[in-house]
Amino acid sequence: MFEYAPAPESRDIVDIRPSYGLFVNGEWVDSLGDERDKTVNPASEEVLAEFSLASEADIDRAVSAARKAYESVWGGLPGRERAKYLFRIARIIQERSRELAVLESLDNGKPIRESRDVDLPLVAAHFFYYAGWADKLGYAGYGDEPRPLGVAAQVIPWNFPLLMLAWKIAPALACGNTVVLKPAETTPLTALAFAEICRQAELPPGVVNIVTGAGATGEALVNHPDVNKVAFTGSTEVGRLIARSVAGSGKKLTLELGGKAANIVFEDAALDQAVEGIVNGIFFNQGHVCCAGSRLLVQESIQDELLDALKRRLSTLRLGDPLDKNTDIGAINSAAQLAKIKSLSEAGEREGAERWSPSCPIPEKGYWFPPTLFTGVAQSHRIAREEIFGPVLSVLTFRTPAEAVEKANNSPYGLSAGVWTEKGSLILWMADKLRAGVVWANTFNRFDPTSPFGGYKESGYGREGGRHGLEAYLDV
Amino acid sequence: MSPETLLRRLLTGLRATFAEMSEAVSADGRFGTITLVGDAGEVSTLTTSLVEIASSNATLRAFLHGLPGVDRVGADQRATMLGTRSIKTTAKAQAIDLAISMVDLTTLEGADTAGKVRAMCAKAVQPDPGDPSVPKVAAVCVYPDLVAEAVHALGRSGVRVASVATAFPSGRSSLDVKVGDTALAVAAGADEIDMVIDRGAFLSGDYRKIFEEIVAIKAACARGESAAGKGDPHLKVILETGELQTYDNVRRASWLAMLAGADFIKTSTGKVSPAATLPVTLVMLEAVRDFRLQTGRMVGVKPAGGIRTTKDAIKYLVLVNETAGPDWLDPDWFRLGASSLLNDLLMQRQKMATGRYAGPDYFTLD
Repeated sequence: MFEYAPAPESRDIVDIRPSYGLFVNGEWVDSLGDERDKTVNPASEEVLAEFSLASEADIDRAVSAARKAYESVWGGLPGRERAKYLFRIARIIQERSRELAVLESLDNGKPIRESRDVDLPLVAAHFFYYAGWADKLGYAGYGDEPRPLGVAAQVIPWNFPLLMLAWKIAPALACGNTVVLKPAETTPLTALAFAEICRQAELPPGVVNIVTGAGATGEALVNHPDVNKVAFTGSTEVGRLIARSVAGSGKKLTLELGGKAANIVFEDAALDQAVEGIVNGIFFNQGHVCCAGSRLLVQESIQDELLDALKRRLSTLRLGDPLDKNTDIGAINSAAQLAKIKSLSEAGEREGAERWSPSCPIPEKGYWFPPTLFTGVAQSHRIAREEIFGPVLSVLTFRTPAEAVEKANNSPYGLSAGVWTEKGSLILWMADKLRAGVVWANTFNRFDPTSPFGGYKESGYGREGGRHGLEAYLDV
Repeated sequence: MSPETLLRRLLTGLRATFAEMSEAVSADGRFGTITLVGDAGEVSTLTTSLVEIASSNATLRAFLHGLPGVDRVGADQRATMLGTRSIKTTAKAQAIDLAISMVDLTTLEGADTAGKVRAMCAKAVQPDPGDPSVPKVAAVCVYPDLVAEAVHALGRSGVRVASVATAFPSGRSSLDVKVGDTALAVAAGADEIDMVIDRGAFLSGDYRKIFEEIVAIKAACARGESAAGKGDPHLKVILETGELQTYDNVRRASWLAMLAGADFIKTSTGKVSPAATLPVTLVMLEAVRDFRLQTGRMVGVKPAGGIRTTKDAIKYLVLVNETAGPDWLDPDWFRLGASSLLNDLLMQRQKMATGRYAGPDYFTLD
């Protein structure tokens, strides 16, 4: 038997302070309130650092710093000058990528293989891509000289902390806006490290402000009267609240919310690669992906064959220490999320679906959930309708392409979908019929800064990435 | 795989006429009565359904084209991802010894001589004269006319003698010549025959010709009464994947060779670039895995050519471990065809033991 010895990435490369303040106007400042919280390593429950829960007064201070920077420096800076800063940030991210990857895995629980090979390269790519747009906005199709909006309030989730920051900050700065960003309360560390990068890049003070905190901080930020733009990525529930509170305020709003993507496998699909795509679709980042392929729609004629192959493949997944370079499945981000995954999985069993997991040892400390498969799932089951946001796959079947489309679209969400077939015409036909912002063909969970991303229906509105992503940060 | 699945495969791959198809269905209308003969672990006869598949070029074609496709991008990605596995400390030491014991130490040059072969055989038995704990390699691989020399040099060391045959490397000759070539190597005492397939026939769709050639060479591998004490040589079938080019072709050629009775499928002659690659080996490992599920018979895999470093070799072992499974992590079921790889393995092995690298002068040329 060939057992892989532990191959942990060294955590010595990161320097985590015991306690963090807020990053406002280019400086580290103490919160004006006295509420604090701790962020833990979800793989060990060890406390990593303490951070402030920013108060309304803190938000006010950060927004006015951003306003001042917008009016005195950034808003009037020529695009080619803004581009220089963005290119510089992108290069620093590349130089420090190993450190940032380790920090991300520590704080989030995702395997180092993913933070190193997926998150960080994409983060740098986003900054490089939008740096390129900064002096070419007149050619983006939004008029000759599209104007920025002003101050952008940005609230991001915990599943891809630094990548979501890049998706938000890069286009905002490229278009000439200044930013107040709130990272999620369970994963503030890479955003705080990014604040240091802004200083290293000598970004003018106030252009990027990072305020940490939980729901109340986010609420204060999006409701602040002096912000011109609100961008949120997170749950549909919170997105609804934000849409309600922003309505009528004149603030421009983009929302990137939940999903329940269908990954559709036809009988003529390249079987081994489809299995890989299914695994990557739902077990990538422990399933903490809004566009995760959490519903597998498989053509009935190959159901047994595909499920056998899938189960065999799941048995080779390696769950454990996120910093081990051979880990495939890391830790669930928080106790709260773990409880939600458990409760929905139990609901799946109660409703009569058949549950299967490979036998894999679960570490004693930390938050863990084994890769899980539900077969015999019906459209009406909760696990086929609600977003689980964990490593849980619901398997449904279909008979014809039309039925596949019907079932795939029969969801309040519409963020992404996957189609697996060797027949090109069927891919095009399906892509045309599926109501989802992204349709992947013979692949899944592939991201690129040049490609717009966003949802239909309750998955939100507005697009991030690509030329389309500029629109959200321009006064058009 | 159930007979129903098999039939569906056949139907989805159907380019044959109905009449030809019906030949594939046995007389009583049932498809694929599975009859496995022999003890578990022994080579079993093919399922009757598989024999029917080989009955004509049309049925063979229908079957091979009905196999699930291979998506190039996906296969490449999977191989790349497995290449990032980090094999360190005890796992690395274990992998290096395993890799050494899987090496088919190869010399296939026009300039080969008896002296060169003798020297290589000595190295095969004792790769590192300074360290008797180094395992011996699996086999040496030579041209047919040098088999006798290798057999003599290796004696009872346990290192096997493999011989390329069948108008290697191009395979462009008559079946008679190929059989004669094989018979020469078998008579000289080869334990393994590495034959090449007719890639021209494959690319022009004449699968039946390749099937028949493999069957004929397999028959030529049978040793007569004269060589009592030695079993029949194993047959390795070289697909020359660098000339087949697409992964779909690699999968089809793998199945074709296995259906015809190959004991091993091998990527390359080493004379064509690209030789072995990780994704091609991945596709072949998937094929042997699926073939065992369907027929119960286990077939070995041998990537050959272009594997030069320990790092490469370990990537192949990871690929085997996570694709076909640990059953294949054995010199009986997986080989690495290489020449310069051995010294890099020895160098890394010594580095693990002493913490220092010794220069190339401290490892014997051959």
